[in-house]
Amino acid sequence: MSEINYKPSSAIGRWFDERLPLLTLFNGHLMQYPTPKNLNYWWTFGGILTFCLITQIITGIVLAMHYTAHADLAFSSVEHIMRDVNYGWLIRYIHANGASMFFLAVYIHIFRALFYGSYKSPREVIWILGILIYILMMAAAFMGYVLPWGQMSFWGATVITNLFSAIPLVGESVTQWLWGGYSVDNPTLTRFFSLHYLIPFLILGLVVLHIWALHVPGNNNPIGIDLKKDGSDTVSFHPYIVIKDLFALVIFMIVFAGFVFYAPNVLGHSDNYIPADPLVTPAHIVPEWYLLPFYAILRSVPDKLGGVVLMFGAIFILIALPWLDTSKVRSAIFRPIYRQFFWLLVLDVFVLGYMGAMPAEGTYLLIGRIATIYYFAHFLVVMPLLGFLEKTKPIPLSIADPIISGSGNFAAARKDKSAV
Amino acid sequence: MNKKSDYKDKPTRREFIHIATTTVGVVGVGCVALPLVTQMNPDASVKALAKVEVDVSRISKGNEVTVMWRGKPIFIRRRTDQEINKARNVSLKDLKDPQKDEDRVKKGKDEWLIMVGVCTHLGCVPLKQQGEFGGWFCPCHGSHYDISGRIRKGPAPVNMEIPNYEFVSDSKLIIG
Ligand code: HEM
Ligand code: FES
Repeated sequence: MSEINYKPSSAIGRWFDERLPLLTLFNGHLMQYPTPKNLNYWWTFGGILTFCLITQIITGIVLAMHYTAHADLAFSSVEHIMRDVNYGWLIRYIHANGASMFFLAVYIHIFRALFYGSYKSPREVIWILGILIYILMMAAAFMGYVLPWGQMSFWGATVITNLFSAIPLVGESVTQWLWGGYSVDNPTLTRFFSLHYLIPFLILGLVVLHIWALHVPGNNNPIGIDLKKDGSDTVSFHPYIVIKDLFALVIFMIVFAGFVFYAPNVLGHSDNYIPADPLVTPAHIVPEWYLLPFYAILRSVPDKLGGVVLMFGAIFILIALPWLDTSKVRSAIFRPIYRQFFWLLVLDVFVLGYMGAMPAEGTYLLIGRIATIYYFAHFLVVMPLLGFLEKTKPIPLSIADPIISGSGNFAAARKDKSAV
Repeated sequence: MNKKSDYKDKPTRREFIHIATTTVGVVGVGCVALPLVTQMNPDASVKALAKVEVDVSRISKGNEVTVMWRGKPIFIRRRTDQEINKARNVSLKDLKDPQKDEDRVKKGKDEWLIMVGVCTHLGCVPLKQQGEFGGWFCPCHGSHYDISGRIRKGPAPVNMEIPNYEFVSDSKLIIG
């Protein structure tokens, strides 16, 4: 990296940088950092996700100034935010819809990685850190959803914490420990608030590691090949990527604002405007939309422990993906069969999501079960086998050199590599 | 000191210090972790609310009331003779969690079914007089319970729980 040549232009900058090389760090990672010149718009979601995290932290801190974490007061304090606090409605709607936008972005970001093989060597650690971030996001969003203490908050918390009661032998003690009582109640709310405040900062720490790990091998790119060492395949992060990311961010913010100002409650559930009542369960409890696929997997198993194991398995299986995928070729552009399975997986996750929102009976349950089986088969059967069975397309030598001469080029690319 | 070969198998002083320091460190961390972990368990004020008293004299046959105990609903159902017969005519072989109805009530108080009204699947409150077995039905993921509160169909693994309770007189019930 060319950061070695960097010298701050101002005298005060040089004085500071010699004592703490922060400017050198920023220059290396946010200005000069070489990026593949063929990155498309699917690569802008990393920046969008950073924006989402910062938005949640800022609006969250403001909400916490007015919110009261107590079972008797939480619901009315959220109503107080909505009605009395200056711009409270705006802050809360940004925070509540911001969680949804955050998940929208993270799902696109994850599927991008799946399509272009960004989880493969040498980027396994980036991928695993990403999955950990995703898991923490789910924990943060789940606990956040409990805070307004409406009916969905209460019963969502009850159902999710009861998942742990499926653990053999210690299940009951574990759930009582989580609750701080014999059911979801005030002690549960206060600890959830404390953790909801904490987790985003843990995520922030993981994001730093995620980007650090990214900047070791550099970005993957749409054709998934390693870059030439001479720098002819790259452009500097600033201004090329910065401007492209900002443009995508503005489009994203328009969609975000569309929800906040015109449909702030469509992604939520109206039952959460009813205060929590421990004696009455709502007729159809559903989690937030971004958790529905996993909820469908949970319900597709007629056994309590089995359902819980499969649901957590569906998330943790992603960690093993770099080793389950046996194909050497990264990008799905050169993998004609994998590409079809990729879209099948996308469809499958949508189907699971839909089934998770429907009552668990009859045809819904049946389709949910089939979709669950496919989900696991995709990772445990299709991915390992395809590496051996699939005939991939020829791969270009470099980004600057598009495929022109068929498989001869692929052979040349290989020879070229072994020569290096 | 001794010849080299002599203490080859014995730990050196440095190894000893390493092991001793690590041990003390681990024990120390454990001692600090214990209060940090157990503070999350139910505290004294939560445990203090462990009993409730109910006047059951006004519940007529075939009716049911719900009271709160430890943050959970308790179903108190005064069953009709017909319901009791129905519960007792079920063969244990048909049950997922076999238990006689007689073992779920107090002897001589067979009409009173007192149980924690919480689905043993994931904790929703089942609806009374619904489902395929004339007992309770949990709408969350479709568990059916019979009139003895035993699980008959659906994902719940066991029967609804019977709390500790005592009739101190004909009309006074103490739960907990
Ligand atoms: C990873 C980032 C975060 C996510 C995904 C997230 C998600 C959520 C969600 C889904 C809700 C429920 C919204 C509703 O329906 O009302 C919520 C509420 C809340 N969050 Fe966050 N949050 C994040 C960060 C933070 C931070 C850093 C704070 C700082 C203290 C915070 C404070 C609050 C408060 C006080 C509430 C309750 C008020 C309300 O319900 O609107 N959040 N959060
Ligand atoms: S909580 Fe009752 S069926 Fe799941």
